[in-house]
Amino acid sequence: MGTLTDPEQGGSGAATLEAIGGWGRRPVRAGRVYRSARLTLPTGASPLLPRGLGRAYGDAALPASTEGLVIDTSRADRILDFDPASGLLTCEAGLSLAEILRVFLPRGWFPPVTPGTKFVTVGGCVACDVHGKNHHRDGSFGGFVEGLRLRAADGSSVVCGPSRERELFLATVGGMGLTGLIVEVTFRLRRIESPWIVRETQGMRGLDEMLDGLRVSARDWPYSVGWIDCLARGGALGRGVLMRGRHASRDEARGRGPRARPAPRVPCDAPEWLLNPAFMRLFNRLYHACYGAGREQRLVSYERFFYPLDALLDWNRLYGRRGFLQYQCALPHAAGAAPVRALLERLAGVGAGSFLAVIKDFGPGSEAYLSFPVAGITLSLDLPYRGRPTEELVHELNARVVQAGGRVYLAKDAVTRAADFALMMPRLAEWKAVRDRWDPHRRFRSAQSVRLFGDPA
Amino acid sequence: MKAVLVGATRGMGRALARLLAERGAAIFLLGRDAAELAASARDLEARGAHGPVRTAVLDLGAPGGFAPALDAADGALGRFDTVVVTGGLFARQAELAADFLRLERLLHVNFTGTVVFCQMVAERLATRGGGTICVFSSVAGDRPRRSNYLYGASKAGLSAFLDGLGQACAERGVRVVCVRPGFVKTEMTAGLPVPPFAGEPETVARTVLAAMEAGRPVVYAPGAWRWVMLVIRAMPRFLIRRLRF
Repeated sequence: MGTLTDPEQGGSGAATLEAIGGWGRRPVRAGRVYRSARLTLPTGASPLLPRGLGRAYGDAALPASTEGLVIDTSRADRILDFDPASGLLTCEAGLSLAEILRVFLPRGWFPPVTPGTKFVTVGGCVACDVHGKNHHRDGSFGGFVEGLRLRAADGSSVVCGPSRERELFLATVGGMGLTGLIVEVTFRLRRIESPWIVRETQGMRGLDEMLDGLRVSARDWPYSVGWIDCLARGGALGRGVLMRGRHASRDEARGRGPRARPAPRVPCDAPEWLLNPAFMRLFNRLYHACYGAGREQRLVSYERFFYPLDALLDWNRLYGRRGFLQYQCALPHAAGAAPVRALLERLAGVGAGSFLAVIKDFGPGSEAYLSFPVAGITLSLDLPYRGRPTEELVHELNARVVQAGGRVYLAKDAVTRAADFALMMPRLAEWKAVRDRWDPHRRFRSAQSVRLFGDPA
Repeated sequence: MKAVLVGATRGMGRALARLLAERGAAIFLLGRDAAELAASARDLEARGAHGPVRTAVLDLGAPGGFAPALDAADGALGRFDTVVVTGGLFARQAELAADFLRLERLLHVNFTGTVVFCQMVAERLATRGGGTICVFSSVAGDRPRRSNYLYGASKAGLSAFLDGLGQACAERGVRVVCVRPGFVKTEMTAGLPVPPFAGEPETVARTVLAAMEAGRPVVYAPGAWRWVMLVIRAMPRFLIRRLRF
């Protein structure tokens, strides 16, 4: 057990044991959380694991064991440098995209890549190499990172980047916080003219239309994503709504700013019967009806376009006490549309219907060893946790993904087997070699790394 | 506003400093760790502070350094008009009871050093026509309880001093704001069990800034603690003894 805080400042002594879960609230582990504004490594032999705002769904940010210390980085959130000429930002790893948007959006700057929630830290964006609706054009977050400062397992401070300690950099981007504690990140923000998005929506009658729509949109639109009604079967399989967007120009925005809306919070765990198949069917039908089959273009706020779920705080409680598994896979173009169809058919068949299923085309993958995106199609869905059958379903989906040469996203994974993951990631051995060099004793480890990489618990 | 902030590199001080920066205040930072001060200065500049944010090292336990630090602040800001002190020490009752040196240091910093510093600041502000002194005390000073009376005593003394200072300086244009935070989720309280009505530093900062602008002599933050402490202060001694909190 290490010393947890600066004895001069207080909060002294050991942090108490607490239940730590991911955003899917499945699984939950007991561990201690070290919350400090200074990103240093606690002394002692406890296994360590950095954690940002806890938006990874599965067990990526859960301690390896009850001995584990989770380093909560969210208090280390200072902006250390910003160049208004180039948009180059250096910040502490705990700075959130929400805060970056609050400070820099009014000045005309936007994160280069953003996942579906702004409540993530920059360190987390690097560790998961997050992707967004612009992946087909811009790639993942790591591609915009010019430098990282890490606290390595031996306590030393190391600077790495695309051209400095490159191997460590490639292992850290997408490395799930297992190569060291990310302390500082330097990356480039994007210039925008307004906080508005020109959004075009179009109803899609089936999977072929959806895939075609994504392919065509990629040519002209920086952002695109499809929503799929997972319960539609037969000829309607893959039915949904295609959304694409671009930042509105100053003229289009006409000087208006979006109104800040207070976000309500889900006050308690919803009963499990709430998200039943009938309700989900109704929701999906309504959603589809709202957008219709036609094409519609309008100006929406960036929050509505990028972060619709952030409008309801603690929405994960809607899935009830047992939580849910989020499943996201990427299937390479080489495999064609068949595996996408097969996965959707399987999901429609079990009626394990997802509240929200998202489909998106990926551009070329990154060189980072464990980076998730690969040129092809990605599918993402929520599966309410109902015990072993839900886990078995994931294994079955994984088998199909492996067969198609695809992979799953570690930021969302809670149950994938080590053997399956090894088949998915061709550069896993290179990543392990770098980790062997920088953390031979596996000081940094997580519940996920125990499950997938055979780390000691 | 030209503000000197003591202990603003973390927690509630950091949150309040950011709020001031976003409103375009000119800021000078004082604290113990030069590297930390420099990093916070960059943060505040990026968030909109007026002009460069300069810093100087100051330890509230070492009164010899107070005058030079205030001179440096005056030099950088061109006569400051506001001073906020969030710096201070904290430790659990058991730790203070077991370590007299640590207890002595905490009492010295939280009471003696802070009082001397504020007295010095009040004199400077009064001679230049007035200003605001805002100091973070604690609800722990409102009523001694067995679970934190050593830390609480240092804050009780500080609250008493600030009350008197506010009375003494009002006519000379110096406003004194005594902030009494309840449980706020910061590094200082990390690892402690979180009670009801616990607050976030950002919310506290907004409450405190409003109190500074309104010139309220005492402010509880989060606001619910005003009523919690009203009840605790009114409790008869026999009940407090029985409750064992």
